[in-house]
Amino acid sequence: MRVLRRWVDPLDYAGRIWMRAFFGVVFILLYAPVVLMMAFSFNDSKRNIVWRGFTTKYYEKAWNNDGLIEAFINSLTIAAINTIVATILGAMVALLLWRFRFPFKSAYEGFMALPIVIPEICMGVAMLAFFSRIGWPTGLPWPLNLSAITIAHIAFSFPFVAIVVRARMAGFNRELEEASRDLGASEWQTFRHVIFPYMRPGLVGGALLAFTLSLDDFVITFFTSGPETVTFPVKVYSMVRFSVTPEVNAASTVLVVITLIVAALMLRVQRPGQGGSP
Amino acid sequence: MSIISIRNVTKTFVGITAVDNANIEIAANEFFAVLGPSGCGKTTLLRMLAGFETPTTGEILIDGVDVSTTAPNKRPVNMVFQSYAVFPHMSVLANVGYGLKVTGVPATETRQRAEEALEMVQLAHLAERKPDQLSGGQRQRVALARALVKRPKVLLLDEPMSALDAKLREQMQLELTRLQEEVGITFVIVTHDQDEALSMADRIAVMQSGRVEQIATPEALYESPDSRFVADFIGKVNLLDGQVTGAADQGVTVDVTHLGKVTVPHSGHAQGQVSLAVRPEKIRMTVARPDSGLLVQGRIVDWAYYGDTSHIRVQPASGPPMSVTVQNDTRSTIENGDVGDQVWLSWRAEDTLVLDR
Amino acid sequence: MESYRKNQRVFWVLAGPGSFWLLFFFLVPLGMVWILSFGEKAVIDGKISITETEITWTLANYVRALADPVYLVIMWKSIWISALATMLCLIIAYPVAFVISFASPRWRPWLLLAVILPFWINLLIRTYALIAVFRIRGYVNFTLEWIYDTLWLDGLFGPFEPLELLYNDFAVVAGLVYVFMPFMVLPLYASIERLDRSMLEASLDLGASQVATFLRVTVPLTMPGIVSGLILVFIPCLGSFLTADLLGGTNATMIGNVIERQFKAANDWPFGAALSFLLMYVTFGALALRALLSRDAEARI
Repeated sequence: MRVLRRWVDPLDYAGRIWMRAFFGVVFILLYAPVVLMMAFSFNDSKRNIVWRGFTTKYYEKAWNNDGLIEAFINSLTIAAINTIVATILGAMVALLLWRFRFPFKSAYEGFMALPIVIPEICMGVAMLAFFSRIGWPTGLPWPLNLSAITIAHIAFSFPFVAIVVRARMAGFNRELEEASRDLGASEWQTFRHVIFPYMRPGLVGGALLAFTLSLDDFVITFFTSGPETVTFPVKVYSMVRFSVTPEVNAASTVLVVITLIVAALMLRVQRPGQGGSP
Repeated sequence: MSIISIRNVTKTFVGITAVDNANIEIAANEFFAVLGPSGCGKTTLLRMLAGFETPTTGEILIDGVDVSTTAPNKRPVNMVFQSYAVFPHMSVLANVGYGLKVTGVPATETRQRAEEALEMVQLAHLAERKPDQLSGGQRQRVALARALVKRPKVLLLDEPMSALDAKLREQMQLELTRLQEEVGITFVIVTHDQDEALSMADRIAVMQSGRVEQIATPEALYESPDSRFVADFIGKVNLLDGQVTGAADQGVTVDVTHLGKVTVPHSGHAQGQVSLAVRPEKIRMTVARPDSGLLVQGRIVDWAYYGDTSHIRVQPASGPPMSVTVQNDTRSTIENGDVGDQVWLSWRAEDTLVLDR
Repeated sequence: MESYRKNQRVFWVLAGPGSFWLLFFFLVPLGMVWILSFGEKAVIDGKISITETEITWTLANYVRALADPVYLVIMWKSIWISALATMLCLIIAYPVAFVISFASPRWRPWLLLAVILPFWINLLIRTYALIAVFRIRGYVNFTLEWIYDTLWLDGLFGPFEPLELLYNDFAVVAGLVYVFMPFMVLPLYASIERLDRSMLEASLDLGASQVATFLRVTVPLTMPGIVSGLILVFIPCLGSFLTADLLGGTNATMIGNVIERQFKAANDWPFGAALSFLLMYVTFGALALRALLSRDAEARI
């Protein structure tokens, strides 16, 4: 019997060796810098390039850097408040756009998308001009001194929440709402027992997105923060400007790990086919 | 007394008249079907009964009370939705109990009644399941139990079989008829499937482009349709165009192109252009010329074999081809002819209907 | 969907807070910058003030931005650096999106995730991580030196000379490609995934080669995704500030860096405001172009 040479099927592009190799190279290039940074944060060497043994001393150093820790706490505080407010605002806008027909609706949707599309630097300088012009109080006690940054973060993150929640609601079978009304439920009962449970994964997804957006933002915060209100990315930026140090690597690694945890949570929530069950 | 009175109801959406001056009376304990092609307004009519649409003009009475503007949650009717609309985040039992819970029925009673309702649709063993673990047929039973547990005066069903496969559909039709007899309440079902309507309903309203064409029992609809549309929509029919030439004793004489002048029984008033209608299964096909009845000679152009019956098309000397249904009541299949053969078609004058054109 | 008139109370309760926030904390600030762009530094007691500005509705800032060769050069440079980075993104991302789309359904979500995940990691950290890769004593030079020494080339050509990879245009382009790549993969994946496989089969069946099929069927049918990706990458590249700041140093300034300098070090807010509005107009132009092109592409399909 003749043995057929194994051919790749004509449309099996993912099965071609050179396509796989290309994907592999891109994948490595995409991750190598961050993975190297994380790995070398444990390197027992200031020069940071040749492996000299495992150490956690740079984490200790970062932990004892009061400025860094303060910035970290500021970032988490802002992110927490931002998450709550942005999720509520975003969910309300999503429900509005999902439920109602109204004049100039597409213009309103465009307005809501503005903070997403305009360059960050433009929004940053706008915030700087706004808060200095209206004389927003500075030098307030913690955490009120973070109010300007928090307000700016909410303004750019709640439209993202609205998009996530609305995408979730787009899959809602409106007959469910009608069935609930038909079975005797009032409008509020219908929202509470039928619409809200369906919306919940979207809300959690939107909230996690708002959290990471706030935690990650550098440009807008850079223009809104003052000397006493430094967030983690702003602090890292000021340290990076001097040099690449293992201490910054350690602090960055911590932030990357937090981000990955949030991303993993989002994936769990957004997993398709989960209906709406918690 | 009627449980539902639909009086002069018209519903217009922006520029479109979905329901045009409908008048329907539905009796208590009746199994009533609304039948029509898609877009004929039947679903809009049902949604007005449920309260999701408000009539533009006219009124809807349920059990003698005008509910035209009553909110859906305040009406004594419940609905089985086309998609079943089973709440995906609740268990089967919670779904069935939902309508009782939200209207303040105590928890113990809710549970008991929900369990009884599940018993009734033979789903008691699946009470704790989530809807995504159920088959389509099971989901429909949940939707049924959920509506029936509310003890509505009327149960509304919106195309309930459209998501089921053919086998299951037949089974559910029997089940629905059984349930209706068991609970003894009025069922109003909307469907585009004539077999479904004919086999289940006590009476059927046929709708077309927003208008109610005819309301009658299945037999009356099939055997004595009021209009060409109804005759054509329900079952198959041969229509022969002709001209009324005179009235006879309890009948009319019609001049039809290739039939000549024939006299058929007709109780109403008919004149001018009319159509004679005859169902394919009422026609006999023979090689020899029969002695009596209305006669047409033609050539067989098409022979479709369906097992129990054969559907044959015969082309007369002029006019459109005629359909004939032949029962294959003996094993030898082709005994009356084959494609190309000249045959005689004959049917009794009493089986002929006179319809306005 | 119901009309807002049917339930006005719910409508206004839902519409109120979000609209207020966006109006007051976004549109008003932007409006202020817009007005500021028509201002100039105030003259107090015959001296030009450092901190105070007044609105004189002058167009001088725009004229300066568009006529002064210094800024014109920077703007052109921003545009071509962004365009180059965008094209490189397309060239790299298309095969990547192709592999993901044609992978088995079990693998597909994980491959997609692998490409999207870096997008979640802080932009600053990703940019910073590149410094360690590109600098004189970075991983690239380290690896090159190791290869050089292993091949005993140092005996032939003398000791290894590290490459100057950082603080130039190359570093900025590489950084932009690295950072904004996920923006290109997503729309490409979405359009390739939607591509009807039987179209490709039909093309092959009718005798077209794989290359001809790709150029004449695949590319035209995925054009909406290509256009979306190009614009989704070009816009943030053009407005980027951090990448050029950290990787480009003083040699590779982009428009974002000029804006930042006007608002911080140079303290010329009106000029910075004019520049940021010019940037915004270009952004809107690109978005309008995208809307136009994607409508065209869809009409053609």
